[in-house]
Amino acid sequence: MDTSFAPEDLAFRDEVRAFFAEAYDSELQARLNNLETFKEAVIDWQKRLYRKGWIAPGWPKEYGGTGWNATQKFIYETERSAAGIRDVIPFGLNMVGPVIYAFGNEEQKARFLPGILQSDDWWCQGYSEPGAGSDLASLKTRAVREGDEYVVTGAKIWTSYAQYADWIFCLVRTSNEGKKQNGISFLLIDMKSPGIKVNPIVSIDNHHSLNEVEFNEVRVPVANLIGEQDKGWTYAKALLAHERTAIAGVADSKRSLAETRAFAEREVNGGKSLLSDPLFQKRLSDIEIELMALEFTELRVLATVAAGGAPGAESSMLKIKGTEMQQAVQELRMEVAAYYQGVLPNDLTPEQLGHGFGSQARQTYMYGRASTIYGGSNEVQKNIIAKAVLGL
Amino acid sequence: MNFEFTEEQGMLRDSVARFVQDSYDFDTRRKIAASDEGMSRENWQTFAELGWLSVPFAESHGGFGGGPVDTLVMMEEFGKGIVLEPYLATVLLFGGLLQRGGSVEQQAELIPRIIEGSCLGAFAYLERQSRHVITDIKTTAAVQGDQLVLNGEKVVVFNGASADQLIVAARSSGEQSDEDGITLVLVPADAAGVERTAYRMMDGQVVANITFNDVRVPVSDIVGEAGEGCAVMSPVITRANVALAAEALGIMGQLNAKTLEYTKTRKQFDVPIGSFQALQHRMVDTFMAYEQVKSLLYRAVCELDGEGDDAAACVHALKVLVDRNGKKIFGEAIQLHGGMGITDELDIGHYAKRLMMINTTFGNGDYHQAKFNELRYSA
Repeated sequence: MDTSFAPEDLAFRDEVRAFFAEAYDSELQARLNNLETFKEAVIDWQKRLYRKGWIAPGWPKEYGGTGWNATQKFIYETERSAAGIRDVIPFGLNMVGPVIYAFGNEEQKARFLPGILQSDDWWCQGYSEPGAGSDLASLKTRAVREGDEYVVTGAKIWTSYAQYADWIFCLVRTSNEGKKQNGISFLLIDMKSPGIKVNPIVSIDNHHSLNEVEFNEVRVPVANLIGEQDKGWTYAKALLAHERTAIAGVADSKRSLAETRAFAEREVNGGKSLLSDPLFQKRLSDIEIELMALEFTELRVLATVAAGGAPGAESSMLKIKGTEMQQAVQELRMEVAAYYQGVLPNDLTPEQLGHGFGSQARQTYMYGRASTIYGGSNEVQKNIIAKAVLGL
Repeated sequence: MNFEFTEEQGMLRDSVARFVQDSYDFDTRRKIAASDEGMSRENWQTFAELGWLSVPFAESHGGFGGGPVDTLVMMEEFGKGIVLEPYLATVLLFGGLLQRGGSVEQQAELIPRIIEGSCLGAFAYLERQSRHVITDIKTTAAVQGDQLVLNGEKVVVFNGASADQLIVAARSSGEQSDEDGITLVLVPADAAGVERTAYRMMDGQVVANITFNDVRVPVSDIVGEAGEGCAVMSPVITRANVALAAEALGIMGQLNAKTLEYTKTRKQFDVPIGSFQALQHRMVDTFMAYEQVKSLLYRAVCELDGEGDDAAACVHALKVLVDRNGKKIFGEAIQLHGGMGITDELDIGHYAKRLMMINTTFGNGDYHQAKFNELRYSA
């Protein structure tokens, strides 16, 4: 048992740090924080990662991955979070990309993977439906084969960034025979296709990132079907475990907690730093201690994966604990912000307002409510663990 | 980065696991717990023969030269059987103090005897007023010529009734709770002026209150430097805390496994109660609570093994989580076993009671959380 870093690991860490310090410059950060320039700034940043060769640490080397071992991946994630850099937009790189290289044909790989790696195509995910959330397999959007095309009719919901997307990967129903998990197919659909309509959903944080996507007799070439018709559930399931592992966001929570602590140190309560309040300290360490444990839970899962295992039901545990921790940090930050947590976005400077982070704390807290719901609600994750791990 | 045990560690684990499985079933344990000493000297000889008593000691004293990971694998297995024999008191505490602070002569005389199983030891550190602050010491050690004179009382001394030799934490200078001025003294349990009152704890172990009335020992029986006892006992206690957490992990694993098994067979309303989602989710919670303790234990052990800067904070954190998650796990185990869960007949309550004792040993969760906060958040 040994988790110390070897000299080559430390050298790698320095290289990652140096690259982030140079490439993630303040001009780019400003554009990322501006809603008007957000999309092109994300693409710009991801292209910088692509040119460095670091855009897809999770992919096999032959498809454009980095070939890093588990330790290097851990170091990369930790450094990324520590530098305050958000993870890449997951839909292309972490979600549909792995499905395409694992289950797609050669033509599909050649056609789609370069656009994903180079961030030329913006992808979104068409899984949930107005009538199918955590019970994903009950989805009803149907695809009827007509010659060389599928005709798709139905609706997808909670589709993040559909307003930016060039492509959507969808689970659609191609058969009603047998179990509901059978008869689902995995389709790639061009968002410019006639018959697609994107309806914005403003979320509890007052922002627009979510959408409903309507499909009205949308014609999709059969060449865009991944794998076999009616087998889409198998491909989607393989992807879900990866998605859950990624959702845990342990390194991001660590950084977020450190920031919260720094905020608390500067906040004054009755003439004393909030950080010196024993009740506040207890709340802080309740989270920090769980996070210290969760970081090693994640490492243990990474080590299993590196040894050739697949992230199975452990990914459900990471999802549950990881999102619980995210919300705990978000809640604590709201407490630190006190009444400034109510501030809505505005053009005032912190100087004019009298405070620096209330609005951001509110937005993260509010949108953060989604994390225990998406990716399969935490209650569904518990059902998965009960069945797969506990054998119940 | 790896979370694997070495082949030697695997063999050690298997050896303890086999003993627990073959020779330490619940009825056997119950009889041992009911015996006068609350432990079996015959088993202790077996431990010696199997080499377990030598594990943490230096090879120069006939030991195995093991580290915290070796202790971890053994203690986890001891936990699974709620083993009563005084491995903590004799090997990890008494032996640990000698290994770290003892003179060449003390080590040469006593460590081989511990290893061969002919010397049982105890560490007398608690007093009536100490609670979790173990530097709160009133027992005095005064120098008179080439002798030390001990006066005072120690309480809840693990293995205190059976031990042949004691190491006593006494005050030789300073104020009542000072870290400085604590002297560790080796005292034969049968020395004149030593009086022991034995009693039983809820986890089956027999402990003792020990009074010292003008007990005289040569100054050469000081362990480490006079007045510098804290520097010797602190790292030993840190390691003991990790060992106790490993024992606790073994217990938590058993509680979860036994509860899960029970809910698969126990029927109510014509179905196994494990089919109820309300219970399933609670067992998922205890499964996660167990995994989190395991992760933090591994983290603490890696820090200790690599002498990392964060070892102290990690061990405080570990004690907090063992306390919290331990209570959660045994609470659910009792609840899900229904009426049977609150009987003496079933082993569940016995696992719970050992876990409760572990939580009171060397500071409870609140004590360690305050220490953690002090390290992390006080400038």
